[in-house]
Amino acid sequence: MLTQFIFYILAAITVLSAGITAFSRNIVYSAFALFGAFAGVAGIYILLGADFLFIIQIFIYIGGILVVTIFAVMLTQGIAEVNVSNRAVGFMPALITMAGAGAVMLYAIVRTPWYHAKAAPLAPTTYGIGNAFLGPYVLPFEVASIVLLAALVGAVVISRQETRQ
Amino acid sequence: MTGGLTLNHFLVLGLILFLLGGYCVLSRRNAIGILLGIELILNAANVNYIAFSFFGGGSAKYDGQVFAIFVIMLAAAEAVIGLAIILAIYQNLRTIDVGATETLSG
Repeated sequence: MLTQFIFYILAAITVLSAGITAFSRNIVYSAFALFGAFAGVAGIYILLGADFLFIIQIFIYIGGILVVTIFAVMLTQGIAEVNVSNRAVGFMPALITMAGAGAVMLYAIVRTPWYHAKAAPLAPTTYGIGNAFLGPYVLPFEVASIVLLAALVGAVVISRQETRQ
Repeated sequence: MTGGLTLNHFLVLGLILFLLGGYCVLSRRNAIGILLGIELILNAANVNYIAFSFFGGGSAKYDGQVFAIFVIMLAAAEAVIGLAIILAIYQNLRTIDVGATETLSG
């Protein structure tokens, strides 16, 4: 019962924050509400026994991506947008599209007989993840480092101020 | 430890996160708002990965977590590049309205 209680608390935090992110008219509120969504998802990871993912979520999402996003929000003016809707897709078409997609996926989730393994005792996951990274996933792991290097160099090149002669 | 929670609970949570993120992507004009929606969608995918890896059990126990780490890594790269592009657009056009960036349209 306690597990269920914690799950619903975390789910409520996550969904409410994500709702503010999606529906707020001010992009600053959206960016700050994203903190709640990331933190709630981190709690869900703990509930599912993924302790390493919890730390990664806190470090990279909250400590990295969110801070960079808030920096970008602060660096661009005219951010408090009045007209939130897009020219191509307005409020209602977006709402209807997502409601339709959600209905189909909810039907699929409810109707599928999911396989449930016996609940394993909780154990630290770092050993297994480290073995997986240096064993079967070693090639994607190395490619990931190249992707990160390219992203680093690319971000510096794109965002630097052009000095015109 | 599941305590009455089934896979459906977590899948529905991921679905709600995905729908909110998709709505954010579709309805925003602000380029940063679109990036925020993409982050929500990636988090929804990660919730599903971890839930499947927890309830799947067996030898595939760590595969879902490894994939989630790759998703987080790509999300970080995507956020940095996306925000750099948005800042470059802002320096040139003084706006980040995605409807206004039509310099390339014929």
